[in-house]
Amino acid sequence: MAKVIMTADDSASVRQMVSFTLKQGGYEVVEAVDGKDALQKLAGRKVDMLITDLNMPNLDGIGLIKGARALASCKFIPIIMLTTESQDSRKQEGKSAGATGWIVKPFKPEQLMAVVKKVLG
Amino acid sequence: MIDVHRQAFKEEAYELLSELENSLLELEERPDDVDLIGRVFRAMHTIKGSGSMFGFDDIASFTHEVETVFDMVRNGKLEVTTTLVNLTLSARDQIKSMLDNSDGGGADLETSGRIIAGLRALASNEGPAAPAAPVEPKAVKPAGGARMTYRIRFVPPRDIFSSGSNPLNLLSELKELGVCNAVAHTSGVPSLEDIDPEGCYVHWDVILTTDQGLNAIRDVFIFVEDDCELRIEVIAEHDEFSAQESYKKLGEILQERGAISSDEMAGVLAKQRRFGEIAVSSGLVPEAEVLSALVEQRHVQAVRQEKQSADAANSIRVPAERLDMLVNLVGELVTVQARLSQTAAGRGDAELSAIAEEVERLTGELRDNALNIRMLPIGSTFSKFKRLVRDLSAELGKEIEMTTEGAETELDKTVIERLNDPLIHLIRNSIDHGLELPEVRLAAGKPRFGTVHLAAVHSGDSVLITIKDDGAGLDKEAIRAKAIERGVIAASAELSDKELFALVFAPGFSTAKKVSSVSGRGVGMDVVKKAIDALRGSIEVASVQGEGTRIMVRIPLTLAIIESLLVKIGKDFFMLPLSLVDECVELTREDVARAHGRNLAHVRERLVPYIPLRERFRIPGRVPDIEQIVITEVNGVRVGFVVDQVIGEHQTVIKSLGRAYKNAEGISGATILGDGSVALILDVPQLVQSVEAEAA
Repeated sequence: MAKVIMTADDSASVRQMVSFTLKQGGYEVVEAVDGKDALQKLAGRKVDMLITDLNMPNLDGIGLIKGARALASCKFIPIIMLTTESQDSRKQEGKSAGATGWIVKPFKPEQLMAVVKKVLG
Repeated sequence: MIDVHRQAFKEEAYELLSELENSLLELEERPDDVDLIGRVFRAMHTIKGSGSMFGFDDIASFTHEVETVFDMVRNGKLEVTTTLVNLTLSARDQIKSMLDNSDGGGADLETSGRIIAGLRALASNEGPAAPAAPVEPKAVKPAGGARMTYRIRFVPPRDIFSSGSNPLNLLSELKELGVCNAVAHTSGVPSLEDIDPEGCYVHWDVILTTDQGLNAIRDVFIFVEDDCELRIEVIAEHDEFSAQESYKKLGEILQERGAISSDEMAGVLAKQRRFGEIAVSSGLVPEAEVLSALVEQRHVQAVRQEKQSADAANSIRVPAERLDMLVNLVGELVTVQARLSQTAAGRGDAELSAIAEEVERLTGELRDNALNIRMLPIGSTFSKFKRLVRDLSAELGKEIEMTTEGAETELDKTVIERLNDPLIHLIRNSIDHGLELPEVRLAAGKPRFGTVHLAAVHSGDSVLITIKDDGAGLDKEAIRAKAIERGVIAASAELSDKELFALVFAPGFSTAKKVSSVSGRGVGMDVVKKAIDALRGSIEVASVQGEGTRIMVRIPLTLAIIESLLVKIGKDFFMLPLSLVDECVELTREDVARAHGRNLAHVRERLVPYIPLRERFRIPGRVPDIEQIVITEVNGVRVGFVVDQVIGEHQTVIKSLGRAYKNAEGISGATILGDGSVALILDVPQLVQSVEAEAA
């Protein structure tokens, strides 16, 4: 059965690109438009991995990571955050919130797949 | 596909830009609204991040400047002023015009520059400006480089699982980099009541040989290296291994790793037992450490071995003499084995017989394998002939096509080498004498192209090589006339086709009307025949006039060992190649008397000439009352050899006689019998020939 990956991003184009790349890699994708939407969807279904942007309206990436880790079903899943080079402090914040790793924007589809393979095994 | 994403980005960016415009206008009215500031920042952030992802690098770097300023506003370092709003609005318009150009570039650089300068000025007024680091995608590291072996110690944090990392994934990632051996240290695992089921108590030592470089290894641990204990050391460059005779001793590895001090090691060494055992039993080093060091030792040895075997590749070159030596030894073994079997059969001892049978089976396999080593496909010779045919056809003005079959047929290396010249000769003959000129062929209703077909096929313990052409064929009358003229046969002789065709191999026989550079110098077929005879082969010709000629060369698979018939004359042993032997019959005093000294025996209503070997080799002693005739067939002619006694079949390992006896007639070699005595191998075709020559 295909593994399920959630992508949470307020940018539709990034969501589309991430979603497209993952589907091509054989994964099932759940999209969420911001942290709040993501948490709601996470409560409803089990996902194997979460890829989240850091800057999102309503609930940002850090909040989403903390919220997700509090859910039993998401306690040990890999969580990857999308950051930019200028957000080093945010990266640390995300890590202490429980993120597994990060991808620096901009990234290419191959880079995304490499990271997914790395953390999902 | 990329275009779809670009389009999606543009649509999204237009949306964001119009939202941005509204936000900015609102912001002018309520400059303290944190929500509004956040919205402006996010819009810029998204345009920047997504833009660079889909190749709108100009937009990304331009937007970065705006984003930097708004990051400062968001953090309270900068206030929202009318100037800022104006600048941002013009920046927004600039981004829009950049988007309008489909490729995202080609914007008015002057305007961009002016806006950026304005924004930077604003930012620098308030404290140090954030360095405008351009966002660049990380360059992909070039793979390759020197093969190195690393020792990696990976101690994950206790809570590694809670960050969603799986150490096993990291280890398997390492494994993909190269040859990898991992040892888990489990000494940190507490007893059951103290254990936190969500904690990680294990750490690992990994020995990795890879050409990917240190950075590739670091990349594996990129997400965890800040939190875990990670030690990566180079233990050896690959070339170092090959230079060193054997890898470091266990104690040295442990000392290098800091698991044991040199004093402690000296103490252990003084006890002179297996280092690992002592180190553990004396409690100096935990067992896992020793195990890990052992793994390193083995890993390095394995890598080195792998390198050596890679160097040696899949085949090895061995001097031919060594193979010959091996085959000789196998031959001796075969001889001894034959003797063993015989002795065992004579004793009637069941146990001994069982052993003898086993030895016989093994010897047989050993012999086949040893001989197989020297086998080569004949194909390489075939391809040489293609060139020959091509050159000849140009020289002679004939159009010739050569086809081959059975190029994969294997033959002993020496046989192939010695077959080369005779085969060239035969092919030349076919092309020169056999195949006609294109006009002649067309007139005879044949295709313009003449064909020479070369085929090799296994048949029993020999290989049959056929050279077939669709040329003019042999002219029987011409051969007959020439043979009579040269005195090879009597004018009244009645000959079968087979016998007639065999005449072309007679010395000095050539039917070619004119001498060309290719053939017809009168040293033709008899040379070929001699060469084939020397290989203990046979040659035969079949031909239909006007349709073509077929020459069949039969060559034994190997020269080293043959099946032969062992015979005895007086006290001396001789061998006849079994492939030539037809049957054995008795020769009594009466038969000799009846033949009136003509050396002819009556075998099943046919006269068979025989050669009394005792006379031929001048062996003294009394002739037994009943002698034996071994009847052989050479080139379709039956000739008998008279011997005292036929002993039986024998696996014969052929030894050459050496230079001194090179010219000994009638003997092709010698072999050593099980009891150490020497038996000479008869050169049957040559004996027949020389007797015929004497008679004529």
